[in-house]
Amino acid sequence: MSLWRQLTRGLRALFGRAAADADLTDEVRHYLEEAAASHAARGLSPEAALRAARLEVGSLTAVTEEVRASGWEHGIETLAADVKYAARRLHTEFGFTVVVVLTIALGIGAITAIFSAVNPILFEPLPYPEAGRLVTITEMRSDGSRNDGTFGMYRGLAEGTRSFDTLAVFKPWQPTLQGRDQAERFDAQRVSADYFRVLGLSPVLGRDFEPADDRVNAPAVVILSHALWRRRFQANPAILGQSITLDERPYLVVGVMSERFENVLAPAAELWAPLQYDMSQGRAWGHHLRTVGRLGRAIGIDQAAGDVAAVGQRVIVEQRPETYAAEVMFGVASLQDDVTRSVRPALLAVFGASALVLAIVCVNVSNLFLARGVRRRSEFALRAALGAGRTRLIRQMITESFVLALLGGGLGLGLSIVGVRVLVALSPPGLPRLNAIGLDGAVFAFALTVTTAVGLLFGLIPARQAARTDPQRDMALGSQRLAGGNRRIRQALVISEVALALMLLVGSGLLFRSLARLFAMPPGFDARNVLTMQVPAPASRAGAGATLNFFASARDVIRSVPGVESAAFTSQLPMSGDRDEYGVHFEAEPARPAQSYGAFRYGVSPGYLETMRISLRRGRFFEEHDRAGAAPVALISESLAQLRFGTGDPIGRRLRIGPTDGAPYTIVGVVDDVRQMSLAVGESAAVYIPASQWPLPDGVMSFVVRARGDAAALTPAVRAAIWSADKNQPIVRVALMEDLVAASAGERRFAVILFEGFALAALVLAAAGIYGVLAGSVAERTREIGVRSALGASRGSILGLVFRQGLGLTAIGALIGLAGAGAASRVIAGLLIGISRYDPLTYTGTVALLAAVSVAACSVPAWRAVRIDPATTLRAE
Amino acid sequence: MEQRSTDVIQGTLDLLILKTVSLQPMHGFGIARRIEQVSRGVFKVNPGSLLTALQRLERGGWLDAEWRQTENARRARIYTLTKAGRKRLEAEAEGWSRRASAVARLLKAEA
Repeated sequence: MSLWRQLTRGLRALFGRAAADADLTDEVRHYLEEAAASHAARGLSPEAALRAARLEVGSLTAVTEEVRASGWEHGIETLAADVKYAARRLHTEFGFTVVVVLTIALGIGAITAIFSAVNPILFEPLPYPEAGRLVTITEMRSDGSRNDGTFGMYRGLAEGTRSFDTLAVFKPWQPTLQGRDQAERFDAQRVSADYFRVLGLSPVLGRDFEPADDRVNAPAVVILSHALWRRRFQANPAILGQSITLDERPYLVVGVMSERFENVLAPAAELWAPLQYDMSQGRAWGHHLRTVGRLGRAIGIDQAAGDVAAVGQRVIVEQRPETYAAEVMFGVASLQDDVTRSVRPALLAVFGASALVLAIVCVNVSNLFLARGVRRRSEFALRAALGAGRTRLIRQMITESFVLALLGGGLGLGLSIVGVRVLVALSPPGLPRLNAIGLDGAVFAFALTVTTAVGLLFGLIPARQAARTDPQRDMALGSQRLAGGNRRIRQALVISEVALALMLLVGSGLLFRSLARLFAMPPGFDARNVLTMQVPAPASRAGAGATLNFFASARDVIRSVPGVESAAFTSQLPMSGDRDEYGVHFEAEPARPAQSYGAFRYGVSPGYLETMRISLRRGRFFEEHDRAGAAPVALISESLAQLRFGTGDPIGRRLRIGPTDGAPYTIVGVVDDVRQMSLAVGESAAVYIPASQWPLPDGVMSFVVRARGDAAALTPAVRAAIWSADKNQPIVRVALMEDLVAASAGERRFAVILFEGFALAALVLAAAGIYGVLAGSVAERTREIGVRSALGASRGSILGLVFRQGLGLTAIGALIGLAGAGAASRVIAGLLIGISRYDPLTYTGTVALLAAVSVAACSVPAWRAVRIDPATTLRAE
Repeated sequence: MEQRSTDVIQGTLDLLILKTVSLQPMHGFGIARRIEQVSRGVFKVNPGSLLTALQRLERGGWLDAEWRQTENARRARIYTLTKAGRKRLEAEAEGWSRRASAVARLLKAEA
């Protein structure tokens, strides 16, 4: 069989319909003429011959139609006719079309936008070869909180475990690049030599790090990101083999990463240099490295976890027992789970919320279709009576629904483009793979699938109605009296709409109240009117003393800026993403043995605690005489004091930080707990020491400046003050403390904003649903209401009639919704803080809101019912 | 090709058309008349089915169609058997006689 001929003949007929029809008509007519001629040859008169031939051939049109309908192109023609008719219908019912298309667009737009964010982050594999084999290894404290790894442990694991192809450790690094242009500070990473090999990638230009690069005192080398290479070095390949100056030290450029390289472990990093870890200084056991590994082929995570736990315990026992708490556990998690850990609950909850919105949209549109079906029943009847087959009618209805769904879906896709922008703008700081969010093939496929499903769903409703058409009965009855049959279904739809909306409202209410609770939580300091900025020490001032002098003199200049109440600096700033943890080792004493705890270490200038308004619980703050050379002193946080001393007095006790062979610090005071990572994370064990008494001076400090008034307005003056201490010093991360606090709740705020948007949409849709059903029902019952009021029913009783119906539906929906919300709140339980997922206030408040909206939705139809004039109604009969 | 899936009438019609056209190129009415005559009126061909079948056979590449002047100076669409058509005719004719004789044997055995 010749497919080619099928195709060309069909296309010729399709596009040259007139010529094809003329051919066909000619052939049929020729047939008739020949038939007539053959009758004439048998001796009939021309007229009689023609009559006989007509009898034999039958209707020429019927023959032509039969032949025409046999080609495949006929299907397309029918479809085109259906679409054309649908378009005409939808144009006639313009209001209906607009409402349906917008509603569908809202539902599809919302879920598509969310899907485009959720898909690359949670579902697509990370952009590395065999990404499923990538895992991170973390240490867990006895309280279940996570702790960064140590270099010693990494070495022990790399040598002892058999589950991994490669292991690597890394830490953040923020070098300053000097050059012809303004000095610039970069986000960068210090990595062990195998970092890129673990990820399965290598530089697109030049070479990867070699083990030799990672030895102490090896020549310094660096690999550049593609973006940095283009921005600072004009994408010149000759940069390979040249030196660039980072922190006043020359680094040989050995490689450039690919443009497509996505570094999920540190998305902002633009430079990579080997760790060159110095094991000799006893620093091998500081908890400030993250560990990533590539599992061997066919090795499961559980198997690797067992391996890591066994080797890890052996390392602890054999090497440095005192720096590790006895009950350290190890967590091995897939890299994807690890990088999405903080955003996963929020994303899933938001995705669920958008699915609920889509469900409400479907219910609402179904309702509209049902109402319209009633109006169209006489049209169906007429068409059936004129000879339209049942299949043809059903096909027509489904075509209409698909046209609507496609219009809605297309518009929804357009909306989702805007939505994705908004989403990215709102995105919490921890959102990984931000640049992978967008409309891609998967998103289009998703939108198309949802659209098709929606079209099919709505097509079935009128199709079912069309199939049940009984022309004789339906044409005999006026449309006024037909509506009854659908009432049940429409009421059920409204009930489900109310229930779904209530679920969303409860979810957003819970999240909102939880966010309010979170912001009401004391962070341990006073964030108002505090300006912060991060400044690295100028590398020209080498040596601990010079570095510190720079920070101290900058602080002094800032203090003299008008409007500044106080200023200080710290090695790590709360809520800024800084995380500097050390083992804190308390000396043995008669009552307690020596013991180590992990704690945040703050190297601070005098006045830091006062500037931040961190309250003193016992003892004293630092004073100017607590400086280098003086007796080392420390303050500890209340929770660390509690951990170690219970109700005992910590003042005068001694502790060491990091290496256990360093000089001991004497505790001189206890201060309030501070939330370091975010408002929601209560890890508050902390130790404060004077920056000048830290043996390895911090090269980067954060200034905190408390203003008398508007802190933001001080920014230029404070910058100028720092530059007066050292010209051209890069100043980064300029932020108001209040903004940092708000940003630390980013995931929750993100979820709250989206939930509120969705809940609002749901509420409006539910109100529209209630209104639609009541309005329809009042219109249907016009006669009944007219008769009632003619018989003396009071206005009140007619109002009651309508409100009873509307509020009854709402009440049933609300009951179902409450049960649903109770069950579904499990999804957002992880996002709730300081509030139960069954929080009664939220539930009652939500029901009250829904009731109010429902009353509003009822009032218009009720008003209409009251105004029905019995005389007019009865006369209309 | 279609003898298995479609009803016997249509399969038969295709076979009859192919056979008729194999004798000489012919127009639609000519084919109908010839089938009637040769079958001595057993098969009466409905023009709608015939023209549909002709279109199908032409699209399938078993027949070629061409507008030509006939001897009585009319313009007619003349159908000619193609190579593929001849092959199909042979195959179908063979299949038909096999089935026909099988049916005949069965009927005989029953009688």
